[in-house]
Amino acid sequence: MAPENKIDKKKMVVVEGSYAVAHATKVCRPNVISAYPITPQTHIVEDLSQFMADGEIPNCEYINVESEFSALSALVGASAAGARCYSATTSQGLELMHEVLFNISGMRLPVVMTIANRAVSAPISIWNDHQDAISQRDTGWLQLYAENTQEISDMTAQAFKISEDKDILMPSMVCMDGFILSHVYEPIVLLEQDLTDEFLPAFEPDYILDPKNPMSFGAFADPNYYTEFRYLQEQAMQKSLKKIEDVANEFYDVYGRYYGGLIDEYRTDDADIIIMAMGSIIGTIKDVIDKLRDRNVKVGLLKVRSFRPFPAAAIKNALKDAKVVVVLDKNISLGLNEGALFTETKSSLYNTKLDVPIVGYMIGHGGRDIKVDLIEKIIDEAQDVMKTGIKIESQFTDLKEELL
Amino acid sequence: MKEIRIHGRGGQGSVTAAELLAVAAFADGKFSQAFPAFGVERRGAPVQAFTRINNEPIRLRSQIYEPDYVIVQDPTLLEVVDVASGLKEDGILIINSDFDADTFNIDTKAKIMTVNATKIALDIIGRPIVNTVLLGAFAGATGEIEAQSIKEAVKERFPGKIGDRNAEAIQEAYNMMKGAKI
Repeated sequence: MAPENKIDKKKMVVVEGSYAVAHATKVCRPNVISAYPITPQTHIVEDLSQFMADGEIPNCEYINVESEFSALSALVGASAAGARCYSATTSQGLELMHEVLFNISGMRLPVVMTIANRAVSAPISIWNDHQDAISQRDTGWLQLYAENTQEISDMTAQAFKISEDKDILMPSMVCMDGFILSHVYEPIVLLEQDLTDEFLPAFEPDYILDPKNPMSFGAFADPNYYTEFRYLQEQAMQKSLKKIEDVANEFYDVYGRYYGGLIDEYRTDDADIIIMAMGSIIGTIKDVIDKLRDRNVKVGLLKVRSFRPFPAAAIKNALKDAKVVVVLDKNISLGLNEGALFTETKSSLYNTKLDVPIVGYMIGHGGRDIKVDLIEKIIDEAQDVMKTGIKIESQFTDLKEELL
Repeated sequence: MKEIRIHGRGGQGSVTAAELLAVAAFADGKFSQAFPAFGVERRGAPVQAFTRINNEPIRLRSQIYEPDYVIVQDPTLLEVVDVASGLKEDGILIINSDFDADTFNIDTKAKIMTVNATKIALDIIGRPIVNTVLLGAFAGATGEIEAQSIKEAVKERFPGKIGDRNAEAIQEAYNMMKGAKI
């Protein structure tokens, strides 16, 4: 049973999602920030720059750079020297970081980076989907997805704690839907400084770059050694499965707020149909579920918070009594005609005793608005799958035939 | 839940108005959500911004297609944008204009109200910036938010004399709409 959120309305203020993230970052007491502005992440770095200019982030250096590649490269050195490091980016900026993402993970540097998820070019689009982060799934970064601005704010502190744990030491992307969450104003409790000082201990790595005690990071591994580095990274990812759950519970103990650990469930207890999704679409789906439950449609939601590590066991357990599973993906693996969450959910259930039909929908590419009607239509189609089996396994939604 | 859509042109403060409305509604004890129709903003182009007001926390993230209320900052938009699109029959359309409401030929069953927000802004604030004035008109016309909450939200965003003058203009627009015959 998930803990109940205890949010004091008196502590809430109406702020922009980007401000909430910038504030949360400040409260986590970073030592080095390096980022390059790009829509729709821009307000986060503007707010952080303002905090720096106002002297509100002590013991911190903000390194101005000329590209995202440089931003993350700067953090390689800073993090290896023992600094708590933060960046933020999106879309083309994240893709430009690709090479450095592997380096940070391979050197086991616990950098935390906000991704204001956005579609990738071409054609150019500044609007939201998840293609940018999903395309980086094999780089060895944890990927957590937030439902609303309260969660993305709080997830920032959680990510530092998970990443910096000495059993983990892996970087994290904390993902928020671009514009939909980065530019929305809504009431939240800004991350509390006193509680965060209690929740998040200082970053004190055992091994750092230090001229007095020289050592190398990520320098060279010949075939005798390379495999073991990869194995240990995977071991750390596996350990982070439990750590993400533990940290979500610790966060609840300190702050009274909870959004799920690896996953969260909504009205799944007796659900025949379970919808799986990530990010801001979760809120809209919950509204649709309440509406359909009033009409006796037994539908529930499995919210996936952690895409990396992939919570295969938690997902399997949540789906064990479902009669049909519907996976919504704001991304596509071109050439497979499937979104990543769909593919990986199917894959994680193969070789198990659980045999439930799963269908996938690719939705909201390039910021196409996801209306209530569309979710209802998908659930209608899931009822048909329950009766007559799968006709189309994976498909695009909301296609405009007249444009094809 | 009440849903409000604001039409304006880039630079007229439509997004700011939506945000201030959300701040004021929350101050009234409601939950609120404000967001722009995310576009490549440029000065003068038609823009939209949205606010939701609800007694419970708001989870819905889609744009607003069937608003309860529509605010139009610039009457020239009526020629290029279907401002009444989806507006509920029992809703209200508030237009910044010095013409009477019945002079507008708009395809809607909703009530149309006009307020000369530009004149109020020029008289009291000294500049033709109407976004805050229209929030006063909205409060007066709909009763969805307290005029005091709007004034406080505006004064917090724009401290000093500018905020005070805006507050005065908000009250003026509020009084005009509150007394308007339905």
